[in-house]
Amino acid sequence: MKASTVILEALKREGVDTIFGFPGGVLLPLYDALYENDIRHILVRHEQGAGHAADGYARASGKVGVCMATSGPGATNLVTAIANAYMDSVPIVAITGQVSRHLLGLDSFQEADVTGITLPIVKHSYLVKDAKALPRIIHEAFYIAGTGRPGPVVIDVPVDVTKEDMDYDPEVLPSLHLPGYKPNLKGHPKQIKEAARLIAAAERPVIYAGGGIIIAGASDELRELAFYGHIPVTTTLTGKGCFPEDHNLAMGMLGMHGTQYANYVMSQADLVVAVGVRFDDRVTGNIAAFAPEAKFIHVDLDPAEISKNVTVDVPIVGDAKTVLGTLVAEVKKLDLSPERHVPWMKQVEAWKRNHPLVVRECDDGEIMPEAAIRKIWEVTGGEALVCTEVGQHQMWAAQHYLTRLPRRFITSAGLGTMGFGFPAAIGAQVACPESLVIDIAGDGSFQMTLQELATAVQHHLPVKVCIINNQYLGMVRQWQELFWSKHYSHTCIECQPDFVKLAEAYGAEGYRATRPEELEEVLRSAFATDAPAVIDIRVKREANVFPMIPAGGTVHDMMEREP
Amino acid sequence: MKHTLSVLVENKPGVLVRVAGLFARRGFNIDSLVVAETEDAKVSRMTITVDEQDQPVEQVSKQLHKLINVIKITDLDPKNSVERELLMIKVKADAQSRSGIMQIVEIFRAKIVDVSAEVLIIEMTGTRDKVGALMELLKPFGVVELMRTGRMAMSRGKKAT
Repeated sequence: MKASTVILEALKREGVDTIFGFPGGVLLPLYDALYENDIRHILVRHEQGAGHAADGYARASGKVGVCMATSGPGATNLVTAIANAYMDSVPIVAITGQVSRHLLGLDSFQEADVTGITLPIVKHSYLVKDAKALPRIIHEAFYIAGTGRPGPVVIDVPVDVTKEDMDYDPEVLPSLHLPGYKPNLKGHPKQIKEAARLIAAAERPVIYAGGGIIIAGASDELRELAFYGHIPVTTTLTGKGCFPEDHNLAMGMLGMHGTQYANYVMSQADLVVAVGVRFDDRVTGNIAAFAPEAKFIHVDLDPAEISKNVTVDVPIVGDAKTVLGTLVAEVKKLDLSPERHVPWMKQVEAWKRNHPLVVRECDDGEIMPEAAIRKIWEVTGGEALVCTEVGQHQMWAAQHYLTRLPRRFITSAGLGTMGFGFPAAIGAQVACPESLVIDIAGDGSFQMTLQELATAVQHHLPVKVCIINNQYLGMVRQWQELFWSKHYSHTCIECQPDFVKLAEAYGAEGYRATRPEELEEVLRSAFATDAPAVIDIRVKREANVFPMIPAGGTVHDMMEREP
Repeated sequence: MKHTLSVLVENKPGVLVRVAGLFARRGFNIDSLVVAETEDAKVSRMTITVDEQDQPVEQVSKQLHKLINVIKITDLDPKNSVERELLMIKVKADAQSRSGIMQIVEIFRAKIVDVSAEVLIIEMTGTRDKVGALMELLKPFGVVELMRTGRMAMSRGKKAT
C-alpha cells in the first residue's frame, strides 16, 4: 500500500471522518489517495480556516479535529490556528506536507521548518523520516492530542515518504512508545478529603470553573457539587456552558468583563474551588489582590498549572470528572448543614439582584449591541451553538448569550484570535449538522477570514454570521476612548464591503438590520433558511463593554457603566 | 541557590531544541547544560543547572515534564550527590613560571596534558568551587584560553539518579 493511503487508513482507524484542508505540491500523493477514499474532505479557502475549523469541530464534538496543509506557506498559514488550539487546550492533529527528505535543509522551494516554527505552540510534533513509522506516529499523535491536557500535534510528512510502498495491516494497532507521557487522572485521595473538609468548613465558598470541566465532561459532577453544597459558580470564558447560566447559583463570567456580582463574590469569598482553570490575567487582574480573603483549592490535570500564578492551599492534580466525582462523595460524608452559609447566599443574591448585567435601550432608534445579542438569544431560545470572533461582540456574547450546556459556546479565549469564529463555526456545523450554528462576529474580525463563505456555500454548511457591525475595531477603540485620550488611531473601519452583497456574491444569503424593530424578523428569516447567511446588524457605533475592570486592576477599579 | 536537574530524555533528534526552547520561552535561565547518551542508547541525560533566584525550580521542572520526550526529572540534593565539572585551561608558562604552575597543579590534583614552549594545557575535574579556585590561582600567569563543561552530578547510594 502507498504510504499516502496508509495515512488515510490510519486516520480512519482513529475515528476520523472529516479532514479540513487545502492541497498543494507536496500533498499531491495524499490528495490523490483522497480522490478515491470515503473520508470527507472540506476544502477551505485559506489554511488558517482549516486549522480553526478543525478546532471548532473538536470543541463541538469532543473528538480530535484534523487539518491538512501543504509545505512552506500552507503550513505557516496554519500557525495561528495551532497556537489558538494550544492556548485553549484543543485536540487537533495538523498534517503538513514537507519537501522530500533529500531537499530538507537546502532552502528548497516551499520549504519551511514547520516542526521548528511550531515548537512553542504544540503539545508535540513529528517529522516523519521513515514511512514505516507512520502508523505508530499517527496513533501516538491522536493519543497525545486527545488525552491528558489536550493540545495540537503536528505531523510533518516529506512528500517522498508519502510515495513509498509499505505493508499496512489495519488490524494491527501499533504499540505506543511514550515513556515520558503518563497523564495522572485520579487525584490524590488525601488532598480530595482535605478539599471536602475545607468546603464543609467554608462560610463564603465559590466555585471558579473553567474549560477543564468541559474537556473532562465533568458538568454533571460540577452541578452535583454546586447543588449539594449550595455553592455559587462563576465560569471563565472557556468554561461557559459547563454550568447552566440561567440557574440561580450561576454567577456568569468573572474577570475583566465579568459580571459585577461574580467579581464581588470572588473578592469576598473565603474559599475558592478552582476547577480546570489557569488563573489567567484577564480573570485575576491584579493577582496579588485576587480573592484576597480566600483559601484556594485547585483541581487541574496539568501539574504545571498548579501554583503557576497563584499559590494554592490544596492542589489536586487530576481529571476534573474523576476528582469532582470523588470530591462530591467525600463532601456528602461530611453532613453539611444547610444553615452554614445562609448569610453568604443572601449577600450573593443581593449582589446579583442589585447589580445585574444591563441591556441598554437606545432612545435614538439605534440597535444597542448587547440588545442584539439578547435578541439572538431569545429568537434561538438559547439553543444555538454559538461561536464568536474576538473583541467587544465576544464579550457581549459571553455576557448575554446565556449558555446551558457544554460545547455550545466556542470562542478563542487564550490567544484572542480575530477571524477564529467563522471557520470554527464551519467546523462546528460539520460536527453538529442538526444544530443551528451561529458565529457572533465583529465587522473587523469577520473580514479576516470571510473568504470561508465559499467553503460554507460549497459544502452546504448553513452557518449564520451575525455581524455586530459598529464600523470600528471596537475593543481597541474602547481602550483608546477610556485610556488613550480618545485618539482613535486606525480603529475606524467605515470603509468596508456591503456585507449583504458580499454574502450574495458568494452564493450565501445576506440580511441587514439597522433598527431595533427590524431585528427579530430579520433574525428569524436568516435562521430559518437552509443556506449560509450573513446578517449585518448595524449597532450604535461607540457603545462600550461594561462592566470593566481595567487590566491589572481589582474589583475596586470596576467601571460599571459608561462614564 | 543553584539547583542541578538531572533529566532523562528520549535520545531523538530535536529533543535538545525542545528543552532549550522551553527555557527560552518561559523566561527561565540555564546556567549550564551537559548532554550525552546514557548506558541505554535510546536515552540521553541532560544535566541542567538553574538558579532558584531567577525562577521557581518547581515550575521549571513541571514545564519540562510536559515535554513528551522527557522521561524523568530529578532535582539533585547537593548533600546526597557527587558533582563534577571538567576544566581545560591553557596558561602562559615560561621557564620561570612553569614550576610555580606545576605546584598549583599538584595541590589541586589537576593534570598537565600538553606542554609547549610557551604554554601548558591543564585539565582538572572537581566541584564548581574547586574549578573556580584553580582558575583564580592560574589567572595571574596569563590565561590564553579556558573551557569548562557544565556541571554533572550523580546521586549517592545504590539507587540510580
